[in-house]
Amino acid sequence: MTDWVEVRRGAYHDSVTLMRASRALSERPDVAAAMVAMGTALNLDLLARMGFDVPSDAGPDDLLIAVRVGGDGLDDVKATLDGLLREAPRATVTEAEVAAARTVGAAAARPGSGATVALLSVPGPHVFPEAMDALDAGLNVMVFSDHVPLDQEIALKEAAARRGLIVMGPDCGTAVIGGAGLGFANAVRPGPVGVVAASGTGAQQLMCLLDAAGVGVSHVLGVGGRDLSPEVSGRSALAALAALDADPGTELIVLVSKPPAPQVADLVREAARRLDTPVVFALATTGEDDLTAAAERALRALRRAVPAWPRWTASRRPAPAAGRALRGLFAGGTLRDEAETIALAALGRDLDARGHRFTDFGADAYTRGRAHPMIDPTLRLAAVRAEAADPGCGVLLLDVVLGHGAEPDPAASLAPAIADAVDDRPDLAVVVSLCGTPADPQDRDRQAAALCGAGADVFASNAQAVRHALSMVDGPRREESTG
Amino acid sequence: MTDPASDRVPDHAPDRAHRLGGLLARDPVVVAAGAEVFADALAAQAVPVVPVDWRPPPAGTGTALAAVLGDPGHADANARAVRRMVTARPHLVDVRPAREVLGLDTGTFLHAGPPLDWERASGPMRGALVGAMLLEGLAETPLGAEHALERGAATLEPCHRHATVGPMAGVVGPSMWMLVVEDAEHGGTAYCSLNEGLGKVLRYGAYGPEVIDRLTWMGEVLGPALAAAVRAHGPLDLMAIIARAVQMGDELHNRNRAATSLLLRELAPALLAAEEVPRDRAAAALRFAAGNDHFFLNAGMAAAKACADAARNVPGSSLVVAMARNGTDFGVQVSGTGDRWFTGPANVPDGLYLGGYGPGDANPDIGDSAITETVGMGGFALAAAPAIVRFVGGEVADALAATHRMYEITLAEHPVLQVPSLSFRGTPVGVDVTRVVRTGILPVIDTGIAGREPGTGQVGAGLVEPPPNVFADALDALAASARPPGRQGFAGSPTGRG
Repeated sequence: MTDWVEVRRGAYHDSVTLMRASRALSERPDVAAAMVAMGTALNLDLLARMGFDVPSDAGPDDLLIAVRVGGDGLDDVKATLDGLLREAPRATVTEAEVAAARTVGAAAARPGSGATVALLSVPGPHVFPEAMDALDAGLNVMVFSDHVPLDQEIALKEAAARRGLIVMGPDCGTAVIGGAGLGFANAVRPGPVGVVAASGTGAQQLMCLLDAAGVGVSHVLGVGGRDLSPEVSGRSALAALAALDADPGTELIVLVSKPPAPQVADLVREAARRLDTPVVFALATTGEDDLTAAAERALRALRRAVPAWPRWTASRRPAPAAGRALRGLFAGGTLRDEAETIALAALGRDLDARGHRFTDFGADAYTRGRAHPMIDPTLRLAAVRAEAADPGCGVLLLDVVLGHGAEPDPAASLAPAIADAVDDRPDLAVVVSLCGTPADPQDRDRQAAALCGAGADVFASNAQAVRHALSMVDGPRREESTG
Repeated sequence: MTDPASDRVPDHAPDRAHRLGGLLARDPVVVAAGAEVFADALAAQAVPVVPVDWRPPPAGTGTALAAVLGDPGHADANARAVRRMVTARPHLVDVRPAREVLGLDTGTFLHAGPPLDWERASGPMRGALVGAMLLEGLAETPLGAEHALERGAATLEPCHRHATVGPMAGVVGPSMWMLVVEDAEHGGTAYCSLNEGLGKVLRYGAYGPEVIDRLTWMGEVLGPALAAAVRAHGPLDLMAIIARAVQMGDELHNRNRAATSLLLRELAPALLAAEEVPRDRAAAALRFAAGNDHFFLNAGMAAAKACADAARNVPGSSLVVAMARNGTDFGVQVSGTGDRWFTGPANVPDGLYLGGYGPGDANPDIGDSAITETVGMGGFALAAAPAIVRFVGGEVADALAATHRMYEITLAEHPVLQVPSLSFRGTPVGVDVTRVVRTGILPVIDTGIAGREPGTGQVGAGLVEPPPNVFADALDALAASARPPGRQGFAGSPTGRG
């Protein structure tokens, strides 16, 4: 038995709290006697009668702790007591009336919040204070917003590094943490693949294809579109790689990005080489695989079969006249870029001169003061009508990105728009790249059926959708017809 | 609750086994600020969400906020400053004349709030100075005192410059006896005068014969008796009294009933044991103190001043270490900007009035007593003292809401001042300039209301807010001295203006 007697100066607690603490300690099997009380004369007398050495310097304003403990339980007793004295305030009767916190810092500090990550989608110029709040409170941060000044991004990422945390973003559309989708994220099965993503829709395409192949993800850590720039130098990508490498649930890492700065790509490749976990790169640079091929490489690395990617073919067989152009109207920036890259490889450099155009409705010019096209389809629906009215347009290529955060039923407005377009233009071909899973709130298969029923050929693989579209326009050489 | 500051500042050493704060090992709990669609999407996935009712900060503050919050030392500076504030252990150790303890010379007076001259002094401040001239024998008549003060016959200095605080006008003359409070943790000393009671009293600007007679008696009888009692008692732990009083319904600014009783319980036996105090004088002293529910206020203010001063001069910290009013200006001082005052026009309090007085009789906000709010008492502890909100026609729920609102602008929860109605959550403590600017939420301050005409005295009591510009100005000053983060500076970058 060990006697632990301590005097804590000026540490006042009400007697009910102290009596509860004393009783909780006394009830431990390894505690023979315990008293936690203010050092009044009465309590000092009680302490003496319990056989403890009475400290000479304890007064009525001091907290007196005396515990007789057996074995090696003392450290645990001390920790237990600290917990009892600090006991988190229980919900108050007025909790429901308490107004929501006004800052991330205040929200994180609310009793029992237990927060682990902050998701910020406030306007970019106002992100910095909220993100610093989160980091100071020990929270990781996902910044959906764009228009955050570059120096602030770097300052935030350096602050995160000092605290052992990560800043996902700015301009990070997608993350999945332990099965929870943050921002735009698809409902995929849990599994062994960890994704580091500098490209939101790139990550969504990958996770949806893996899901279609029966392979799930452990986590998707977004890093933001500028992370692999020379200025930011992959600060978050490196933190994400290290975290996934240490995660026991992650067997393979896929790093997906828009084309990174060459020196940063080298840096990240070098970091990846030092990990225990294998890394598959999907960097969208010229000469690299497209996202579908990257997903197939990941499957082969896991020794899993590569399936035939889902597709839904419309009953109509439009035949665009020679010379008519391909118009790609995209909500996902990475899907648009992939389409252009594949088209360049197939048709050569003068795409624009021949009327082929690829538009990203998620780009700054379309989102200032307006929600992302995955939430608000108005602008793109107008563009669908405009393209259908343009006799120069022979093939319309659209992406539809499903998942948490996206509009609840995109086909509800897009399918009628497609039906109207092909009604007026029997020659117009419509191809949809559908990024989603059967478990998404919008239900991929229901969306596919509606779009297909309206007259579009629908593909789960963006690369296949693009190649299919290309097969219907003229070019110096033709891709295979099915991709 | 032993170290609330550390609750908000993570251990900066990353634990290799729990990278990213355990992000990948736990079910996520998300603080969401911005587009509601993302919070809704999380809720639909049954992910716990702590929502933020985010609103843009005032135009033109973005650059300064980014500079202050981007200073790599800012969070640590605030954590250190507020930790010092809440771990101070103020003890009442002595009672002595201001001439002795402050070295105050005849002809010098201290006053509440930021620096002030006679020209700009309000009615109650002028009245109190007139009374103090009479008390110190520097004038025969109120009119004579006024003329002398007009001529600049007296030197006026803020109490805060002398580690002192004074309620309402806060006028201190050399003959007044001061409570001497020492911080047993950090070693500082703070002072406050003795409380005169309510009604026609000097601190509210009254200077009639009864006011001067009472002050004379306080100097001759009360001061020496209290000094004897305190010396017989030994250092008296004021935070212990304050903590108990908060649990008994006091907020230590407008309500001091429990604290006064607890103080008397400590001092009465010691006073009777002090043989040098004649029995009739001891009885008179006890009777005076027992007849004044606010007798503890000045001791609480000195304790608060000791706590606040412990948090001063931490470079980079945006913690407010003084809020004070002189009846004309409201001023704040901030830990990271030294002794500089940031001032704006004092507001007229919102409250209840005595007898036939009304808002038209009220002087703008006055007094150093907002030092209590500065350290997590007063308006910040309203939830502990719901009786106070009835001054402004409020209900118990309003008291709870006021304290809850103050958590939005403070850095910590007080480890010692626990509020029963909030399940013993600590009071919000440590006003952060950046939080005030970001949220537009102003500190809530309990206060007495002085009559605007010199000589009137108290006309009411209620609640008051500071002028918002004092916090914006303090933020700009902090930004000017902020260190840029890392290798990259913020100079010339477009950050959030507009």
